[in-house]
Amino acid sequence: MTSLTAGVRRWPRQQPVLFLALATFAWSLAYRALIPLSEAIVAALPVERATPLGSALQFFFYDTPKVLLLLTGVVFVMGIVNSHFTAERTRALLAGRSEGVGNLMAAGLGTVTPFCSCSAVPLFIGFVQAGVPLGVTFSFLIAAPMVNEVALALLLAMFGWKIALLYMGLGLTVAIVAGWIIGRLQMDDQLERWVRDLRTGGSTFPDESPTWADRIRAGLDAVGTIVGRVWPYILAGIAIGAAIHGYVPQDFLASFMGREAWWAVPLAVVLGVPMYSNAAGILPVVEALLSKGAALGTALAFMMSVVALSLPEVVILRKVLRPRLIAAFIGVVAAGILIVGYVFNAVLD
Amino acid sequence: MDSLFDPLRDGVAMKEIKVLGTGCANCRTTARLLDEVARERAVEIRVEKVERIEDIVAAGVMRTPGVIVDGKLVHSGGIPAREAIAAWLRAA
Repeated sequence: MTSLTAGVRRWPRQQPVLFLALATFAWSLAYRALIPLSEAIVAALPVERATPLGSALQFFFYDTPKVLLLLTGVVFVMGIVNSHFTAERTRALLAGRSEGVGNLMAAGLGTVTPFCSCSAVPLFIGFVQAGVPLGVTFSFLIAAPMVNEVALALLLAMFGWKIALLYMGLGLTVAIVAGWIIGRLQMDDQLERWVRDLRTGGSTFPDESPTWADRIRAGLDAVGTIVGRVWPYILAGIAIGAAIHGYVPQDFLASFMGREAWWAVPLAVVLGVPMYSNAAGILPVVEALLSKGAALGTALAFMMSVVALSLPEVVILRKVLRPRLIAAFIGVVAAGILIVGYVFNAVLD
Repeated sequence: MDSLFDPLRDGVAMKEIKVLGTGCANCRTTARLLDEVARERAVEIRVEKVERIEDIVAAGVMRTPGVIVDGKLVHSGGIPAREAIAAWLRAA
């Protein structure tokens, strides 16, 4: 807490433009230096590259810095974008919105409105109470964990922008359509009684408009909290991916995760539900599965199922939703993911 | 600024603070930060944790943790900055 550290912490806010320019420059320098650096590290290791261990280590040392750097960059930019969208503002935009357009907007806003998974229930109730239709609220809640900055950063790092865009488009489509269907099911009576009876005290959080300095702070905060939280998952994911990369024989997975196996997609979805991870932990594994002959649709269906449907989430939602509505939520989303997997496998080579 | 700060006056008017959250990591960090800043500034506070989802929602909080200082909602979502906490403690 010396004045020096206080000064270091404060200057990005006093000189936002200078800070942004310097940060961009430093980031791109680091990105350029990355490949030679990881090559050098792998070359310095006392193992043959052609051996399983050598190829696993190469995967690990090449992917780790690339993924962490891209993640830092994307999370910082999204932190700034997110500062334009508070939950309160999003709710005001969605309140009283008709279905259809509402589902579309909700899914889009779900990707940019920041909220942590522990806020899912208060947010859900806050939305429903303010007159956001149930199905529209679900579109928001489905899109938020599935299409977010972490998923975007990792998909970019590992598969390139085409697959990243495809995943985001399909994730949004699942969120929009699933929310719309849930709305059509007319299940408003499936909210727990206390939620329907609840009257809020009316104190709402004041809506301030942040300055550029505040937004940069929001970006840095996002890097601190999000990267600080997910890096162990990423390391674990890359380590598992590296092991698959080095030790699983080429095309080993083609027989049961390939495109010919019709039951591969449903199996991937079912396996994904009890697994609880974020995009950060699961994507390095998906990349390794793909390199061993798994079909892209099957792998992406697995990933969507892991991040969008999870048992802990269901347990939390049970506090506000009756079992029938929870079953409808899981069923509709799982069906959507299933279709995405099949379409992907059919369309792509 | 801090030399003008009168610990006695603020010590008399103890601040009632509520941290609203379901017990996630961010909520615990927020409560700890409140304690730390209050001790640094020699402000007496009483921190109460509100963990029942019904109470959190009834207070109008959508993003946890929420912070209520002397009955007024001052924060919602994420860990508050130290400077922000200091400002809440300073305000009469």
